[in-house]
Amino acid sequence: MKESIRTEDLTRIFKSEEGEVKALDGISVTVMPGEIFGLLGPNGAGKTTLTKILCTLLLPSSGRAFVDGYDVVQEASKIKEVINLASGGETPGYGMLTVRENLWFFSQLYGLSNEQSNKRMSELIDAVGLQDKAKERMNRLSSGMKQRLNIARSMINDPRILFLDEPTLGLDVVFAQQIRRYIERLIKEDPEKTVLLTTHYMAEADEMCDRVAIIDKGKIITVETPARLKSLFSKEVNLLIEVSFIGSRANELLKLKGVKGLSATDNLEKNTTTLKLVLEDESVIPDVISAIKEMGVTMHLMSKAETTLETVFISLVGRGLE
Amino acid sequence: MTSKLDLIVKPALSRAYVRVIMGNRVPAEVVIDAFLPVLSLAAYVYTYYFLGASPQYVGFVVLGGAMLAFWSNVLWSVGSQLYWEKEDGNLEAFFMSPASKMSLLTGMAFGGVVNTALRVIVTIAVGILVFGVHFDPSQIPEALSVFALAVIDLYALGMALSSAYLLEGREAWHISNLLTEPVSFISGLYYPIQFFPFWLQALASLVPMTLGLDIMRRMFFGSPTILSEPIEVGVLAVMAPVLIVLAKLALDYMERFSKREGRLTLKWQ
Repeated sequence: MKESIRTEDLTRIFKSEEGEVKALDGISVTVMPGEIFGLLGPNGAGKTTLTKILCTLLLPSSGRAFVDGYDVVQEASKIKEVINLASGGETPGYGMLTVRENLWFFSQLYGLSNEQSNKRMSELIDAVGLQDKAKERMNRLSSGMKQRLNIARSMINDPRILFLDEPTLGLDVVFAQQIRRYIERLIKEDPEKTVLLTTHYMAEADEMCDRVAIIDKGKIITVETPARLKSLFSKEVNLLIEVSFIGSRANELLKLKGVKGLSATDNLEKNTTTLKLVLEDESVIPDVISAIKEMGVTMHLMSKAETTLETVFISLVGRGLE
Repeated sequence: MTSKLDLIVKPALSRAYVRVIMGNRVPAEVVIDAFLPVLSLAAYVYTYYFLGASPQYVGFVVLGGAMLAFWSNVLWSVGSQLYWEKEDGNLEAFFMSPASKMSLLTGMAFGGVVNTALRVIVTIAVGILVFGVHFDPSQIPEALSVFALAVIDLYALGMALSSAYLLEGREAWHISNLLTEPVSFISGLYYPIQFFPFWLQALASLVPMTLGLDIMRRMFFGSPTILSEPIEVGVLAVMAPVLIVLAKLALDYMERFSKREGRLTLKWQ
């Protein structure tokens, strides 16, 4: 079976006045038709760079990448016919045009007939729940609604390979869930389709993705199914601790033996910090408690947590996505 | 089944449609765009009245005003269009689609011509009805052909400029500002440029509207031309394909540059 996406030792270097930045460092990955494949990584990990290369928007510095069997450098025009991309926070389109007019315009970039275009627009407007707003100008939509329109736009050509970069950013919880179900249904109904999903939401990746790649500093750390990743890391101890505001001092905990990773989230309103720690085993817990006490902060709450994709991520990368 | 022709024709027509719709959705703006420029035109007309200039100068002003409408549109809309597409996040969607980029650019230009036509009609109508300019009906078909040729050249120039605007990397209005006044000056929108030194006349001839206006002034008001009329028409006829090829080369270069540098399709860069 032909791979939907294949990269071989893909590298991308950006040059700036400060020097060179290696955004991608020898990425090799394969995604098969019928898969929802997740890319997980902190900001600056290289997820968007990889997505842009696969969407023919950026050239690699070295290595090769193939989408639908076509080389992204040599055969970009063939790739363009079968892909599309929705990036969260971006709202391509024209503010003075209505939802329907915008979708029609983007359908014309793919040469759709009016009949095809009307059918597709109606399906997508229903799917993203914009029926009541179809004749509303885009500049009168809320940011969440614009993002729904953006998702609909990315599907206007019924792409065989869909790239979604933080697609549920800015969407309310209920609607984000609807979109996830819709994407899952698309893949189920047509196993030739592929989705490459970049997301910050671990639960989203866990729920939707057949496999995930954890990427950090331009390198892929692991590629696995979420279930397998969780089982591989099930022996580790995940600790959730809420303490009075600790700030950057939280990083001191990473120096303790047996602490594999730490994610610290400050809550400035409550003046607290929530620590998510991944420990090798339970014997490390007393050392963690002592270290927190030595910092002079108050511990409000401590509990053990189940292994999730987030704790796996913290364990592998050493820090959270924040 | 989508054909290659679909990917050329449909993007052009749809982009022209978008431009026309956007330009006419707010009626107040349509009226302002069409009628307010008449005031600056009137200022020149009354200056010539005050100076007791020959009536043909009023005709120069009306023709120049009509051409200025297109030139302003070329500078502020067509030339800077790709810049605004980038700011709106559309450039990435264009580059990612199989649509012909030249078609999109042509669509933008064509939509601009349609939108500006109303301002031009108002300008000419005011010239005839208010200022009493007489256009010899027998010259109109030929003059319209020259006018159309000059407008095609102007928009082809705008298409060529649009990629340059983006590559220059500065905010679009700076470049438009930079070009507006000098070009208005050397092309002699409201006056003949025969009293300019030869080198300046030659430079001015590179701007399509200079030659277009020059020929039309001769046709309607009998004023002398810079070069012989057939040569001027020939230059205008050659300019369009040359500028369109330049626009295509600039667009291809801009696309390659954006893929290599990775920043051209991003906003605020």
